Amino acid sequence: MLHTVNKSPFEKNSLHSCLRLSKPGANILLLEDGVYGALKGSDISEDIEASLADRGVYVLGPDLKARGIHDDRLIDGVQVVDYAGFVKLAVDAPRVQSWL
Amino acid sequence: MKFAVLVNEGPYTHQASDSAYRFAQAALDEGHEVTRVFFYHDGVNNGTRLTTPPQDDRHIANRWSELGKEHGVDLVVCVAAAQRRGIVDEDEQRRNGKDGNNIADGFRISGLGQLIEAGIQSDRLISFGD
Repeated sequence: MLHTVNKSPFEKNSLHSCLRLSKPGANILLLEDGVYGALKGSDISEDIEASLADRGVYVLGPDLKARGIHDDRLIDGVQVVDYAGFVKLAVDAPRVQSWL
Repeated sequence: MKFAVLVNEGPYTHQASDSAYRFAQAALDEGHEVTRVFFYHDGVNNGTRLTTPPQDDRHIANRWSELGKEHGVDLVVCVAAAQRRGIVDEDEQRRNGKDGNNIADGFRISGLGQLIEAGIQSDRLISFGD
């Protein structure tokens, strides 16, 4: 399953819900303001690090760039993808859950 | 693979319409099919031809129209959401006695059944919105 989260975890609780309810083996893609969830050293980064043990966490590169966030500020293990990578994640998962 | 896309947010609001467009474009570039984009809630505002954004800004409605035309993507606006927000085609103009219509090229107004159908007939349904 691919989960997408498009809001900052400091604005809405959709990323918290996603981390709580997604299952091992799932992939999570952070896009739009959701990319703030991938930053090192925030209130939520420990939860992201924990979920990396059994889930894939991805972040949309163009949305990072639009917000001036360089890759070196991301939690280790979070992978950056472009839109083609987003499409591939959707193809590889049997279904997509958008946490709107 | 067949993709269907749901857009729940208006143009120039946050980023959902842009993300949906760029996802659809990328899927097409990768050789996939985008069967339908369904515009629901404030997303129906993507389907008016009367917008005039500044020249150096992206023209979101035209961009959808062009995508529909070039790749045969069915652009469907939810009728109940459209009626509330004043998105009108010729049929709706006649039916509701309006003095004009504003539906953009390549868009059509239809019911929520089209979203369900898109979900059933496509391999993936991806939602963008607030």
